[in-house]
Amino acid sequence: MEVPVLKQGEVLIATFQAALSDADLKSLRSNLIAQVVKLRSRGVIVDVTAMDVMDSFASRTLREIAQMIRLRGAETVIVGIQPDVAFAMVQLGLTLEGVVTALDLEEGLAYLTNKFKNIA
Amino acid sequence: MTGASDIPVHIRSDQDIVRARQRGRSLAMELGFSEGDATLIATAISELARNIVCYAGKGLITLQTLNSCSRKGIQVRASDRGPGIADVRQALQDGYSTSGSLGIGLPGVRRLMDEFQINSSAGKGTTITVRKWKP
Repeated sequence: MEVPVLKQGEVLIATFQAALSDADLKSLRSNLIAQVVKLRSRGVIVDVTAMDVMDSFASRTLREIAQMIRLRGAETVIVGIQPDVAFAMVQLGLTLEGVVTALDLEEGLAYLTNKFKNIA
Repeated sequence: MTGASDIPVHIRSDQDIVRARQRGRSLAMELGFSEGDATLIATAISELARNIVCYAGKGLITLQTLNSCSRKGIQVRASDRGPGIADVRQALQDGYSTSGSLGIGLPGVRRLMDEFQINSSAGKGTTITVRKWKP
């Protein structure tokens, strides 16, 4: 299952579906970084609202995505982690440390817009 | 112990990890677990199934309904004939991993569920049984 990636100005938005396999996550990782390079994006939003489970692999892959994109000079925001999913993540010890998170797509976009303003 | 209510899910690839956790979530919902508990159960299944794929290549997840006196619950059994775990006590410590992963696997799964039991011997495989009871 491919993860759709939308371009909105300087920001790329990737929207996760419920049932993502490890292979899907890996292909998203390479796809996103390639798009960031190609489109010279300054920000990436990964919307995980629909995700049913955030296990150790998904969480590690998200952190890797954020770190790779940061090395490109762009910023990643993870949005839409559901309360139940957040609870399970904390029980598992997955904290996504060092990764910016926001409530939803709107807040994520606001965060990035504000960030771009301060840099520009 | 196998019964008519057992749901076996064969684990061979990362696609099966998704299948197993979806079956687990729907069984949990059928049994009347809350969304939150169903998510904890699905997450535990995801971790257990991934251990099978990573360490043993293939194995089996068996989902079972538990009826005990006044309580209802769900049991998840993950079994494989992989290399087994040489030091089970070490594998249950936070931060321990032999595959270069985060090393949160087993201790994390134990925190997600109410009961946790592991049988493993080097060269013979691993069986992990976890249970969650309805509050």
